[in-house]
Amino acid sequence: MTKPPPLRDWLRRNLFSDALSSATTVALVAAALWWLPGLVDWLLLQAVFRADAGACQAASHAGACWGVVAEKYRIILFGRYPHEEQWRPLLATALLLVVIVASGRRLLPLRMMTMAWAVAMPAFFILMGGGRFGLQPVGSDQWGGFPLTLLLATLGMLLAFPLAILVALGRFSSLPLLRGLCRGYVELVRGVPLISVLFLASFLFPLLLPPGISIDVLLRVLLGIVLFAAAYLSETIRGGLLAIPAGQHDAAAALGLGRWQAMRWIILPQALRAVVPSMMNSAVSIFKDTSLVTVVSLYELTGSLSLALAGDPEWRSFHLEGYLFIALIYWIGCHAMSRFSRGFEHAAR
Amino acid sequence: MRLPTIALTLLLFAHAPAHAGKTLDQVRQKAQLACGVSTGVIGFSAADSQGRWNGMDVDICRAIAAAVLNDPGKVKYVPLNAQQRFTALQSGEIDLLSRNTTWTLTRDASLGLHFTAVTYYDGQGFLVPKKLKITGAKQLKNAEICVQSGTTTEKNLGDWFKAQGIKVKPVVFEKFEASIKAFFSGRCQAYTTDASALAFIRSKEAPNPDDYVVLPELISKEPLGPVVRRGDDEWFAIVKWVIFALIEAEEYGITQANLEQMKSSPDPAIQRLLGGAEDSGKLLGLERDWAARAVKAVGNYGEIFQRNVGKDSPLKLPRGANALWNKGGLLYAPPVR
Repeated sequence: MTKPPPLRDWLRRNLFSDALSSATTVALVAAALWWLPGLVDWLLLQAVFRADAGACQAASHAGACWGVVAEKYRIILFGRYPHEEQWRPLLATALLLVVIVASGRRLLPLRMMTMAWAVAMPAFFILMGGGRFGLQPVGSDQWGGFPLTLLLATLGMLLAFPLAILVALGRFSSLPLLRGLCRGYVELVRGVPLISVLFLASFLFPLLLPPGISIDVLLRVLLGIVLFAAAYLSETIRGGLLAIPAGQHDAAAALGLGRWQAMRWIILPQALRAVVPSMMNSAVSIFKDTSLVTVVSLYELTGSLSLALAGDPEWRSFHLEGYLFIALIYWIGCHAMSRFSRGFEHAAR
Repeated sequence: MRLPTIALTLLLFAHAPAHAGKTLDQVRQKAQLACGVSTGVIGFSAADSQGRWNGMDVDICRAIAAAVLNDPGKVKYVPLNAQQRFTALQSGEIDLLSRNTTWTLTRDASLGLHFTAVTYYDGQGFLVPKKLKITGAKQLKNAEICVQSGTTTEKNLGDWFKAQGIKVKPVVFEKFEASIKAFFSGRCQAYTTDASALAFIRSKEAPNPDDYVVLPELISKEPLGPVVRRGDDEWFAIVKWVIFALIEAEEYGITQANLEQMKSSPDPAIQRLLGGAEDSGKLLGLERDWAARAVKAVGNYGEIFQRNVGKDSPLKLPRGANALWNKGGLLYAPPVR
């Protein structure tokens, strides 16, 4: 008896195990062969990579015009931030990304990580805002592009998380008022779309303030995002808390732990571990929801793309390529997050 | 300790800058003019690849910054969409809204705003294929007309043909791109939108621009101009008169290039405008050479027009209604006197 070679064995088991599976395989391969050449042709072979509007228009959409990215990348990536100062958001973003990746991959012990955050966050704001160390001040309404997306997503998540835990715990409180308050908050926020929360934060809120007093628009929008994200996140965490068997509470009590001690050391760690995938789900959706802040004239990644293209007669018709470029950025961000999440799950096991 | 603190807070609130008469002071104090513009309208306000803004509306901002602050670069451009623009002005986020905004009764009378002057007379027009040999909108009987939905364009179209007693079939699209594609693939006999955009659609989006022609008629009035908040008459007057000065400069033939020679012109009207013989700036709370500064920064109205939307621009729009009153147009500035 000769053993079939492993590759043939694998092929047979996975792709040609029966008539239906064989047919599916053939159909998919045929579809790919039919579709791929055109795609590769458009994406690469016929594409124009130079920032030359004439060449792009000559190609008349037969090939992608990546020149639009080459020409407009500064304004797509940094939005309204003053052109000659754009090394600052670049540096700030790089710094923040390093800390995020280091945290996501758990490269440093917890204490070092906390310190890194404590340094990176203020550094980010000083670099972006300026007004110190001889840096020219740049108002937060002029921050834009990827740094703004990253800041809103990161801070939104970091601040929403503790709030969400408090709200989730509040819903298990023995005080009816606190319980009702937490429940009311969650129901209220879940009942409205994020876009209207942002609108309220940006336009209604200033009208309620006394004249001459104004809160920074970035701060108002961040507050809106945090309140919104926390409501969703708190339900996720509550789900985790509900999943912990009652025996764990009893066991903790039997060890002599008080109610809060039990929560801190026994219940919460298990509950949070159980909901890592759902929490990462929320993080990914916050990351993408930041694109909504365009409606309140903060130009993050998506907004700065339209700012870059809408008014330029030469490049206006190459929207698709611009969108593919920022889609790639979003995809890299989301993919990284799901990789981090998988890492956490493994570590938690 | 407590009471004085409260009293102090109240006092601060009471002294918080009320809007009346303070815009000029604020602009001077910040040394920056916050100007609301569009998020990108070709020829009117758009950011280039370096993030620099240009366009007609942008040049108005620059002219006012030059007149008030003596530096056309001291403008902060705030890109706003159609929903945000009036709120941004009311809430004081911007000092001036210069964003292709049509002057209508409802807006002027109910939003707490003042329209200052008209900087561009726009109107709704038609684009048709040349081969149909149509020369006027009234020949569009029973024609299918491509139009974008949810715009005033759609309503104007219905109103105008109803008034003419002519039946047309509007073919409505939600997206701009879709409506354009449909028209150029022959779905409709005509395409309608604002005239300032039509010429550009013809030259840039048409497969062959020479196969299409823009009809001469306009079926609606769209006077566009800068807007300020109510309650600050001083600022209202400044914006209004800087625009008038740009128009007068064209009338007297004062350009960016010949400004210095013109300063020694014997013509009393030019002397008044450029601050030679009389100090017209004092009455506005500005320096003597306010108008000269504005012209030096952006040129006269004609130069602004040609550079951004006229023959020196990709739009190549004719002066049309935007010519001076003594050259067959509608531009008529009250005298700087």
